[in-house]
Amino acid sequence: MLLYLGVLVACLIGTAPLELCLHVGVYRQWRRLLATLAPVVVIFGAWELYAIHRGQWRYVRRWLIGVRLPGDLPIEELIFLVVIPICAVLTLEAVRRRRPDWAIGDEE
Amino acid sequence: MTYSELALCAVALVSAFDVVVARTRLLTRRAFWTAYAIMLGFQLIVNGVLTGIPVVRYAPSTISGVRVVYAPIEDLLFGFALILLTLSTWVWLGRTRPRAPSMR
Repeated sequence: MLLYLGVLVACLIGTAPLELCLHVGVYRQWRRLLATLAPVVVIFGAWELYAIHRGQWRYVRRWLIGVRLPGDLPIEELIFLVVIPICAVLTLEAVRRRRPDWAIGDEE
Repeated sequence: MTYSELALCAVALVSAFDVVVARTRLLTRRAFWTAYAIMLGFQLIVNGVLTGIPVVRYAPSTISGVRVVYAPIEDLLFGFALILLTLSTWVWLGRTRPRAPSMR
């Protein structure tokens, strides 16, 4: 079932106007975005694998598309670890757009 | 380690990364907390759907049992750590562009 994947796609669609209308330029800085995502995916992916291995949480099969990665990680969880950080960066950059005087720390 | 313990450790470690390692100090910045507040609102909706249906179930022995909109409160700590590490790394990479040498 597409429920979990659908929720994640909705997150991407819901934040797309920040790039397309507010012109935050996050996807345009795709190298910086990929370099940001890499450690986040590795660290939180390891956490997910540990939690699944220990039986701390589990996923209800009927709401997943059924693709499992090594460690029994549903592919939706990997997509989650990419989508949510992208939404976070888009949100921060949107705040910067609306409040240019609030320093974020990477200004010249 | 239980989910509760891991979640607390993650918040502490990522906060240390932000303040001491990357020195982005997002924890002291209004822009970060504003962005986090917006993300938190949407997390409560999205995570509420995922844990309310539920799409994901938690072993009772690994969580405190305190729940916020269906989700274990540990999910809020997980989300905070995920967002802070992401944004701290993003800002860190943004400031390591070629520029005048700074103090090390």
